[in-house]
Amino acid sequence: MGSEGGQGRQETAAPAIELRGISKAFGPVQANRDISLAVARGTIHGIIGENGAGKSTLMSILYGFYRADSGEIFINGRRAEIHDSQDAIAAGIGMVFQHFKLVENFTVLENIILGAENGPLLRDSLADARRSLLTLAEEYELGVDPDARIEDLSVGHRQRVEILKALYRQADILILDEPTGVLTPSEADHLFRILRGLKEQGKTIILITHKLREIMDVTDTVSVMRRGEMLATVRTAETSPEDLAERMVGRKVLLQVDKRPASPGETVLKVENLKVVDEDGVARLKGVSFDLRAGEILGIAGVAGNGQSELLEVLGGYRPATGRITLNGHDLPLDGRLANGRARRAAGIAHVPEDRQSEGLVMEFAAWENIAFGYHHDPAYQKNALFMDNAAIQADTEGKMQRFDVRPPDPRLQAKSFSGGNQQKIVLAREIERNPDLLLVGQPTRGVDIGAIEFIHQRLIELRDAGKAILLVSVELEEIMSLADRIAVMFDGRIMGERLPADTDERDLGLLMAGVSNGANDGGEAA
Amino acid sequence: MEKMPRWADVALIPLINLALAFFFAGLVVLAIGENPFDMVRFMVKGALGSSNGIGYTLYYATNFIFTGLAFSVAMHARLFNIGGEGQAALGGLGTAVVLLAVPWPHWTVALPFAVLGAALFGAAWAAIPAWLQARRGSHIVITTIMFNFIGAALMIYLLNGILKKPGQQAAETRHFGDAVHLPTFHEMLAPLGIEFSKSAPANVSFILAILAAVCVWLLIWRTRIGYEIRAFGNSESATAYAGISAVRVTIIAMLISGGLAGMMAINVVMGESERLILNFTEGAGFMGIAVSLMGRNHPVGIVLAGLLFGMLNQGGFELLWEMPGISREMVFVIQALIIIFTGALVNMTRDPIERLFIRRNKGA
Repeated sequence: MGSEGGQGRQETAAPAIELRGISKAFGPVQANRDISLAVARGTIHGIIGENGAGKSTLMSILYGFYRADSGEIFINGRRAEIHDSQDAIAAGIGMVFQHFKLVENFTVLENIILGAENGPLLRDSLADARRSLLTLAEEYELGVDPDARIEDLSVGHRQRVEILKALYRQADILILDEPTGVLTPSEADHLFRILRGLKEQGKTIILITHKLREIMDVTDTVSVMRRGEMLATVRTAETSPEDLAERMVGRKVLLQVDKRPASPGETVLKVENLKVVDEDGVARLKGVSFDLRAGEILGIAGVAGNGQSELLEVLGGYRPATGRITLNGHDLPLDGRLANGRARRAAGIAHVPEDRQSEGLVMEFAAWENIAFGYHHDPAYQKNALFMDNAAIQADTEGKMQRFDVRPPDPRLQAKSFSGGNQQKIVLAREIERNPDLLLVGQPTRGVDIGAIEFIHQRLIELRDAGKAILLVSVELEEIMSLADRIAVMFDGRIMGERLPADTDERDLGLLMAGVSNGANDGGEAA
Repeated sequence: MEKMPRWADVALIPLINLALAFFFAGLVVLAIGENPFDMVRFMVKGALGSSNGIGYTLYYATNFIFTGLAFSVAMHARLFNIGGEGQAALGGLGTAVVLLAVPWPHWTVALPFAVLGAALFGAAWAAIPAWLQARRGSHIVITTIMFNFIGAALMIYLLNGILKKPGQQAAETRHFGDAVHLPTFHEMLAPLGIEFSKSAPANVSFILAILAAVCVWLLIWRTRIGYEIRAFGNSESATAYAGISAVRVTIIAMLISGGLAGMMAINVVMGESERLILNFTEGAGFMGIAVSLMGRNHPVGIVLAGLLFGMLNQGGFELLWEMPGISREMVFVIQALIIIFTGALVNMTRDPIERLFIRRNKGA
């Protein structure tokens, strides 16, 4: 299990985790530089920092995915050599990833024993897991039906299964990576209750997040990372969101978006009774209708997986649907060969997709190849009938990278070597500079640092003020509240209601997101 | 994440793999009581020691370059085209049909049409698996393998039926005629005053193969369809977003792949045997997979790997004459070892070497 008790400092006050001088470089990029950190047992410790600040790298080193170039890890005062996740688990570290690692068609119980079966026959392991599951459920409000299949569970419940998996493996130290990204506000509150319960039982929790509010709500201490360095570790009670934001970015940040009231013009996009049935025969959109006018941002709020992705895909031209979509008064084809991303771009729709890594970018492609992506038929990018003009694309990319402050501004670098925020800027530069009539934006700031969030929000507002229509889909209520001129809430493939930002609050929207329609000020949008 | 210098990636690792291959082949030779150093010596001498040997080496290399390029184009779209063997066989059919149908006045006139025939027939044989993959989701590996068998059966049927030269037993067509004889290296080099073996089969097709490699490079890295092929190969979900048709890319990549495989027939059928003979491909379609993998799916790498495999092929056959203790089967074992280490296990040595470099860089 790779722990060497050489130092032998076995005091009770030893921190649960202590990192000393951890450094890690990927080629020329110094992801972690001489990081030292101590987390006391029985506390909740937040790690906050811009994307690309090195939080994930640090946690990956702790969990054995990467090996540090130098530095030492101490668990409970004992030096630990963590070569892989098995070592990490043996050292009592459990990790809950942003993207759950569960087998969808297994039951909860089967998932929990996966990789921790004792013996070739499953009966004993399953019975054992069932017993511990009941105890854990009682102790920590972690109730989940052990025999339910993962695919039938809500996202919040799936996350509980991940936590249970870690606890079943006797984890004393729990690392959660951006755990609330997929949760409703009430699910997030429930998660925090669970975390506080775990803390009271003496567990140590590390919470990686970019949401300042969560840090303030739930952590005892917080560390700020910037550009691979650990800047400061402070007691949460002695800091403020503004202070943390400033430390993260290294300058004063506007947490509030600065924008004038919208002055909407003509209707740009009209969506009527849009219905989608997916490959498995499940209805994903059940009659969605809305209008979107020039010079306004319509925010679509909702918990992930309630049809927002499908809505974007239909509008982006790569998912068949029924119903009607008109753009500037012209019908858009909804299925068959006529509906595709290229035709939608030609019609004046640009699209910043929800998942930049699997859709918006080809990660193996260089930045300049990604700038042409989707627009590679553009005559400006062709040398002649036969060949593309790679030099022209690279020159164009240089300009776009400069205007969108993409760092490092090297068009030849592969997309995967940029941080999340800079990847997103590449996508935004490509889409916004096409000057579209309608911009579809999905999760524009997911996994993006505060500094870049500010920049991205300003660009969206600028586009709106230039008289363009923007459809903004985001699971971040704060983002919707601050950017949108109108808010529509989606639940289970329907629009539950529309609100103006001034007339609503998080509680009201949270109820709509949970599918509770109070009827009072809901228009005819809900089906 | 660049961790290793590029030269190590493209040159050092293949060389280490080759050394490993020879090491294990040497052990096998040792086990049957022969001298492994003799083996290497005879192989190198057989492949490069004479202009006759070189001529055979280039002849085999031509085949491997075509089939390697074929495999690589499909691979850039992440399509595993194992059907090179069948597509090459059908390419032979296309070549023969073109050359038999018209009384060609001269090879220069016939060659473009023969290339077209070979490529079209090869492409056609790739088209059905491509369509099945694109439209029906039938896995390309399965369908292309099956089409190898169907292709082989079709060739047997045709070469024992309407294509067979009347009044003989052998399953082959009549001779194409001296007018379409392709210049060999002997004939090409003679005007320059260079003496080259008269019996070696290497011919002008080798130049065609090099041209094909240049064209593949331009196609993949300079054209729009090449861009779409690479995008599709790297991220299928992203291509849907970008409005690149998966069906179109799949079919086009496979057509080009099949066409290149088919062009191998120009070298063998038109250039060497000057008639269509059953089983003329002799496994070159499969060898292309190893060639492409060793060449990292890059035309330059494929040309180099093709030359190397040509040497091994020729050198291996030479062993039969030079070392009586080594049987024909033994030669196949040695070649198979080399293919396994340089092709199939090409990634085996990469990880440890990469780690070595990281440690060294850290020390520096």
